[in-house]
Amino acid sequence: MAQQTTGISGLKPAPLKTGVAVDLIGVHKWYGDFHVLRDINLRVTKGERIVICGPSGSGKSTMIRCINRLEEHQQGRVIVDGMELANDLKKIDEVRRDVGMVFQHFNLFPHLTVLENLTLAPIWVRKQPKKEAEEIAMHYLQRVKIPEQAAKFPGQLSGGQQQRVAIARALCMNPKIMLFDEPTSALDPEMVKEVLDTMVRLAEDGMTMLVVTHEMGFARQVANRIVFMDEGQIVEVNEPKTFFDNPQHERTKLFLSQILH
Amino acid sequence: MSDIATTTDAKLMAGQAFVRARPIVPLPPPLTEAGAIGWVRKNLFSSTLNVALTVVCAALIVWLVPPLVKFLLIDAVWTGTSRVDCLPRPDYPEVGACWAFVIDRINFFTYGFYPIEERWRVNVFFVLLAAGVAWMAWLDAPRRDLGVIYFFVVMPVASLILLLGWPLIGLEKVPTTSWGGVLVTVVVSAVGIVFSLPIGIVLALGRRSRMPAVRLFSVIFIEFVRGVPLITVLFMASVMLPLFVPETWSPDKLLRALVGVSLFASAYMAEVVRAGLQAIPKGQYEAAMAVGLSYWKTMGLVVLPQALKITIPNIVNTTIGLFKDTTLVFIVGIFDFLMTIEASRVDPNWATPGISTTGYAFAAIFYLIFCYGMSRYARFVEARLAAGDRR
Repeated sequence: MAQQTTGISGLKPAPLKTGVAVDLIGVHKWYGDFHVLRDINLRVTKGERIVICGPSGSGKSTMIRCINRLEEHQQGRVIVDGMELANDLKKIDEVRRDVGMVFQHFNLFPHLTVLENLTLAPIWVRKQPKKEAEEIAMHYLQRVKIPEQAAKFPGQLSGGQQQRVAIARALCMNPKIMLFDEPTSALDPEMVKEVLDTMVRLAEDGMTMLVVTHEMGFARQVANRIVFMDEGQIVEVNEPKTFFDNPQHERTKLFLSQILH
Repeated sequence: MSDIATTTDAKLMAGQAFVRARPIVPLPPPLTEAGAIGWVRKNLFSSTLNVALTVVCAALIVWLVPPLVKFLLIDAVWTGTSRVDCLPRPDYPEVGACWAFVIDRINFFTYGFYPIEERWRVNVFFVLLAAGVAWMAWLDAPRRDLGVIYFFVVMPVASLILLLGWPLIGLEKVPTTSWGGVLVTVVVSAVGIVFSLPIGIVLALGRRSRMPAVRLFSVIFIEFVRGVPLITVLFMASVMLPLFVPETWSPDKLLRALVGVSLFASAYMAEVVRAGLQAIPKGQYEAAMAVGLSYWKTMGLVVLPQALKITIPNIVNTTIGLFKDTTLVFIVGIFDFLMTIEASRVDPNWATPGISTTGYAFAAIFYLIFCYGMSRYARFVEARLAAGDRR
């Protein structure tokens, strides 16, 4: 009950079939000659909240984009809730249905209203009846606290509101796993908190989350583990307390000294 | 209190603090800035170059407009039944446009040789087409999704039955050889547009496809058609095609021209649509894929609605070009609007020195009205989209 009032969805996240939400095993990726991901090994268990940080160009975004196949990996295995991602288009669609994603630049559909943004995929992919999809969409809009914006177009909303709509859009597909690719980096400073609050409440629901972010306060508060990446490699994985108070790798120490003033 | 205010309002010394005591009420601008005089100064005589251009344009207007008005309106002959009425007479030495000729021949210009008692069918077709165009062009029209089906499916089929005839439902057959005039011009343009847009969209998607075979086919088609003049395409369609297909299966002359024009226009449309597709940010594709939409749904629900909207001005531009290019079908012996004028101006009953000028002036006015209308529409859409972006 407590979760129903504090959580964002008011619904439990869709159950995973396996205990392991995401399993990256020896993943390599190249852009032409550039070795962008180098031997990535990361196992994310059910309900775990992972924050991924690192300097720009370190491969953070590329790594989480491999999880819903917005990027293809060339070596190694990517297994999402027991389904291995390969060239099988059907499987890719299945994985994408179960994995929600929130982008740095929101990527809302500007020609559709907020409500239509939320119901598009449930109607066309999940084949929900329009009325039901709209009810669910309104539910999530209430949870991200902007139901009054339902009839507006994305361009009429502030950045923070747009990002909350984007979160609601992903939730409407009832995902098992949520990916966040720098969700607050494009926001005005005043808007960051409302988005982070929404994400905290989502975490309280027990959603499995992988978050690329530089919001260290959020990482400390929400993350089970923090993954630090540099030059396409995972340099350090640690619990927030150890990561911030007693970082092990020299590169991590340097990074933290740069960003924590 | 009031004295402090007046002194500070009057002059504010350097380094002095200031608190406004009385608000300044808005005053009308000086006469040089507002009103007719201000407008003329600002827009017509603001610089030496501007003054020169104003003088040149004024001279051009004085030189061109009065003779044009004199020819088209003042000296024009409005009533009459034959060439005699449009010849100079002692009491009417200067004869302008012979509108009596146009009025006499207007039915021929509109319907060509379409049988007189069946011409109502052409009128119904014009109404059907106008309704479809209005439905598509009015951006806030109700049920535009149905409008699309009407415009691209219902109307073409209905028009085909109506114009060609279908004896089963009591519509006598009218061979396309008796079609002519505005009817043919409109049919060729409408078919060109109705077919070129969907084919163009498919070609544009093909050109951006990840499948090399599809991409190659699209590129070859587009580049080949764009690299050949329309006249060549029409000649190919009417002269070469019959050589390749069996004689018994000899398609209709108009149909062949229609296919030629449609394919030609599709190649241009494809490039217009491709430009629109390229303007859609990558994030839109990614967001659509991330929520699980398939390729076709991503295109149909997310990308194309946005891409087509921004390409409307260019689509209209291509359409204007196509509309005027349809006059080229005369070269394969089809009686379009311009051809009916050609035929009439040498008609012995009307042949006078001024008749050709009149005919061409009428054609010019006809094309101008349609093209200018389309152009205004494109401007209107552009303005509306700009307003939408500001939202």
